[in-house]
Amino acid sequence: MKWTRRDLLIGLGGLPILGAVWWAGAASSVGSRKKRSEILEQLNIKPSLPPAVPGIGGEPVRIGVIGFGIRGEQLTRALGFATDEWKEEMRLAAEEDPNNKRLEDFESQEPLNVKLVGICDVFDVRAEKFINSFSTDDNKIKRYLTYKEMIQSGDVDAVVIATPDHWHAPMSIEALNNNVHVYVEKPMTHTVGETYTLREAAEKSDAVFAVGHQHRQTLSFSTARDIVEKGTLGHVSLIQTNTNRNDDNGAWNYDIHEKASPETIDWEQFLGSAPKVPFNKNHFFRWRKWWAYGSGLSGDLLTHDYDRLNCVLNMGIPASVSASGGIYTHNDGRNVPDVIQVNMEFPDFSTGSSQTRGKEKGMTFCYSATLGNGFNRPTILMGHDATMELGNRLTVWPDGASTRYADMLEAEKMLPNVPIYQYDPAATSTDAVSSATSQYFADKGLMWTYIDGVRVDSTFLHMREWLSVIKNGGKVSCGIKEGFDEAISAHMAGLSWKLGRKIEWDAPSQTLKPIEGIDFDQVLLANENWNIQPEMVG
Amino acid sequence: MNLNQNKLKASVTLLRIFIGWHFLFEGVVKMYNPEWTSFGYLATAQGPFDWFFTMLIGDATIGWVDTLNIIALMLVGFTFTLGIFERVGAIVGAGLLAMYFLAHPPFPGLTQMNVEGSYWIVNKNLIELVACIVIYQLPTGSYFGLDHLRKNKLKTQEQ
Repeated sequence: MKWTRRDLLIGLGGLPILGAVWWAGAASSVGSRKKRSEILEQLNIKPSLPPAVPGIGGEPVRIGVIGFGIRGEQLTRALGFATDEWKEEMRLAAEEDPNNKRLEDFESQEPLNVKLVGICDVFDVRAEKFINSFSTDDNKIKRYLTYKEMIQSGDVDAVVIATPDHWHAPMSIEALNNNVHVYVEKPMTHTVGETYTLREAAEKSDAVFAVGHQHRQTLSFSTARDIVEKGTLGHVSLIQTNTNRNDDNGAWNYDIHEKASPETIDWEQFLGSAPKVPFNKNHFFRWRKWWAYGSGLSGDLLTHDYDRLNCVLNMGIPASVSASGGIYTHNDGRNVPDVIQVNMEFPDFSTGSSQTRGKEKGMTFCYSATLGNGFNRPTILMGHDATMELGNRLTVWPDGASTRYADMLEAEKMLPNVPIYQYDPAATSTDAVSSATSQYFADKGLMWTYIDGVRVDSTFLHMREWLSVIKNGGKVSCGIKEGFDEAISAHMAGLSWKLGRKIEWDAPSQTLKPIEGIDFDQVLLANENWNIQPEMVG
Repeated sequence: MNLNQNKLKASVTLLRIFIGWHFLFEGVVKMYNPEWTSFGYLATAQGPFDWFFTMLIGDATIGWVDTLNIIALMLVGFTFTLGIFERVGAIVGAGLLAMYFLAHPPFPGLTQMNVEGSYWIVNKNLIELVACIVIYQLPTGSYFGLDHLRKNKLKTQEQ
């Protein structure tokens, strides 16, 4: 039974193949891991984990909601209360599209220790919907006809304000003066003057004041802060943020309720400080289209983008702002622009430099928006060493001419078109696929969030943080300082567009540099093109 | 006839070794990368059996699924490159490929994710699966592989 040499060759011929393949597989795996960890070590970025907040213990926080429109409903859902109508709508949507997980997400949301006690809405239908949906035998919800009545009732600990912009400050101030906690939607104020009054009220009050910039809770932004602080991008000289919408809802032409009438809407109260005009459904439901009640792109959407970046960079109020644009896509009687470009200058700001001291300083923040095209233009931070795309997902590419990464680029350990860092805390699936193929994919944050179970709504996290601070003390991530920065910057953009000139900020005196003969608040509130063209109203 | 038989055997042997090579490499690469997981592939499963694949991604199961996948890949790799027990390997290989295929079937109407090339019903996974069937039908381990020694030994003992 002796094997010949020929037998052995035939029998063991597969062994060297096996050995070679094994060696190649091991080498490529270990090699690419080493290369990746070398880059990650160099970058030393810490993916953020979801914020842990102290629990909201004790008696439930008694909450009154002021304004139960689109956003008011969303905020109430973040508190854990959804109307039956919405649940039914979502159930049908999930039936049609199994990927629609909104109801499932809502139902798995952690309950908050709150009690809805009151509603104040000038439209009967909305107030009734609130009561019908949330009032129970052991918790009768009360309707208040005015916000003052609600705030002064002594029955509410905290209010959630989701009204048109011109009501944000008066309501917040009233609540703060009565030591009632406030969660107010953005923009924090409607005029420059109010911004100071509100700041004073918040500083004097014992109540907790929070502005509804929920994306401060988004994990990618806290990770982005770490990335920028570590000097990963080098000196950022330009930031581009954008709004791209191309639908009626996005252009604020919200549905007009069939039951809306002077009988069901307290029109006088809606108007408040706004010019007295006769009852107008269009104004009531689509108030964002007029400076009298809203502030258009600069107040509604620029504020989001500005605050997103302010939470990453903490750059504060710009030294100057110039804006241009017009009503180019929805000439339907509105007087706020639907296309706007806002350039904010930060001449003394720097995210750090990898080059000769003093060579780099200053940054432009460029916000570009149109309501007439939906092509997705991402937010981009452009630094000397790297570029970062910032969204729910983060991607960092090295720059071909980077000083910091020159050696790694030279050695081809980095390539300008290959991301050196990617982070997606909200990702569930598709990115896990790319993690198997992309050698530079850092997925720690991703798996953690998913294994923990539910995709969490950032508005929920923002509300939870506010409630936790109410109970346990501490600091909210978007309080009066951040709100002040946001409101002033947005007003500068609005003013610049309306006046067609540069608006400057005087940092030492914390005021806008005056322009002779111009009252800024009068300009902000001014309503050109006030007459509605009825035939354009859709 | 004999010459043709030999040509066929040589071709099938080559096919067997290359499939083994492919499986082995996939298995080794995954084994040496502790961060690898089939999570993404399974989570994005489409088609009539997506429920089955998404069932596998639970906290309790995903670790087992990953380990078994690596073991199965290596088993096919070993049996095919070494040329022994290749019929077992062929069954395991065909089973694995059937799962890969069904998780992301190139059926009309489904979006193809992370694939190079264009496919309609038939894709490379399915073709490799059929190749495994061929290996099963035409074992070549005794022609080139460890089986040669085993068979040879038996033969010698019989004599």
